[in-house]
Amino acid sequence: MAGPATTHAPETPSQTGIGERLFLPSVVKGLLSTLRHMMFGESFTVEYPEESVYAVNKFPNDENRRFRGEHILVKDDQGREKCVACMLCSAACPAVCITIVPEEVDWEDRDRRPKVFEIDMLRCIYCGFCEEACPCDAIRLTPAFYQVSRTREEKVYDKEKLLNDDPDDPRGKYQSPIHPGK
Amino acid sequence: MIWSLLVAFGVFFILTNGLPPALVYAERKLAAGIQNRVGPNRVGPYGLLQPIADAIKLLFKEDVTPRGADKFLFSIAPILSFVPAALAFAIIPFGNYAGEVRLQVADLNVGILFATAIISLGAYGIAFGGWASNSKFPLLAAVRSSAQLISYEVVMALALVAMIMTYGTVRTEVMVLAQAVPLAETGPFAYLPAWGVFQQPIAFVLFVICCFAENNRAPFDMPECEAELVGGYHTEYSSMKFALFFQGEYIAMTTMSALIVTIFLGGWHFPGMDVADHSVGMGILTILVFMAKLLGVLFFYIWVRWTLPRFRYDQVMRLCWKGCIPIALVNIAITGIIGVLYS
Ligand code: SF4
Ligand code: SF4
Repeated sequence: MAGPATTHAPETPSQTGIGERLFLPSVVKGLLSTLRHMMFGESFTVEYPEESVYAVNKFPNDENRRFRGEHILVKDDQGREKCVACMLCSAACPAVCITIVPEEVDWEDRDRRPKVFEIDMLRCIYCGFCEEACPCDAIRLTPAFYQVSRTREEKVYDKEKLLNDDPDDPRGKYQSPIHPGK
Repeated sequence: MIWSLLVAFGVFFILTNGLPPALVYAERKLAAGIQNRVGPNRVGPYGLLQPIADAIKLLFKEDVTPRGADKFLFSIAPILSFVPAALAFAIIPFGNYAGEVRLQVADLNVGILFATAIISLGAYGIAFGGWASNSKFPLLAAVRSSAQLISYEVVMALALVAMIMTYGTVRTEVMVLAQAVPLAETGPFAYLPAWGVFQQPIAFVLFVICCFAENNRAPFDMPECEAELVGGYHTEYSSMKFALFFQGEYIAMTTMSALIVTIFLGGWHFPGMDVADHSVGMGILTILVFMAKLLGVLFFYIWVRWTLPRFRYDQVMRLCWKGCIPIALVNIAITGIIGVLYS
């Protein structure tokens, strides 16, 4: 049969300290903490229609960049796409919304690039798997999400649209090769 | 005579009916500040018209009475929670004399006893509301609330007994006057006024805890703990009946704060004032002092609510019966001994 019991009850933190049992010291501590927030705390609220979420700089480390919005294809220092058309992203994509047609090129650093690179933003679930799968850091998700269109066709982004590097564009401004947060 | 009545009822009306909407606004703004949010800011400048918008919304809502509800009790429950709270305010002296006019609605000779008796009636509002709704969650909330109110009324009465022994009176007006002297003839305490909070700090803490419990405010908001009881005893209420409950809660809060100010914080008295000065200017000044103290206590109410989590129900009861009541009894004994030694 089973030997002597060797397990012990996990140590529970002692609640018998006089301060704990009187509640009042902890209450005062809590009150001071909330007072600090009331007096000096800055509001995290984005007042939406007046304030653009893109302009907001309320987060010390610009955490909103973690938001997974629409993609860009990253350009290298010569302005060419970094993508080598390895198809890993389209293989990783659970929504099967990336279409890649590779073609050969005779650049000295690589010999493949996508001829067609299309992402169907209406099918995309913004999971970010493509970004994780990419061996070349060629595809990224940006925080951009206001992108509207009038037709379904417009929501299928082609290579040109994905390579956007307009610094005034909510997606294009994340094109810079090294930008903070990512 | 007619003037004194008019003035008294004017201030009374403002305190009981003008303050709750302002409190709702203050509560939402302060809560937002504590939680690093903005709070209401869309209706009117700084969202100041928000309470009015809320009131209009509530007025236009359909007044639903659930099937199977006890119609009579269902209708009088909100009134029962509203009226006693406002009534108890009558004995609060909110200022000294302004000319001939005494700034108090009723100087009853049973004073503070009247307040405790009337405030206890508020429990009926909650109990009836929960019972008459014919619904299980309000009923549970009502049962809890009644138990809680009855328990904490004991502590409250015991804390008051110590204060009555200290002041030697139950009349609120005399209580304020008793606090309008220095704490000691000489020594470092001579600069402090003899406010109840300095004379009886333990009774003060106990009384404040009881006020929170009596008002069903966090951390003792058992009757309406949303997590377990939906909305509590007013789950089934809508429209103006709900608004009346809501208003009643805030009035009860104001009344309790006024009691705290009167009994423990010197009422309308401020250090250095001449209590024999019965001029109108001094009267107005005392009203302002009283209001300032009142708002301070109300601020504390709101501050605590958005700081502390809710107690579990058994913790609430344990705190009362095993924590507060023994302390209150010991406090009374000590007060008695000191009273005998120094008389
Ligand atoms: S984010 Fe996810 S769903 Fe969208 S393209 Fe990338 S892998 Fe596919
Ligand atoms: S994984 Fe990267 S390199 Fe490969 S096809 Fe996709 S974007 Fe291009």
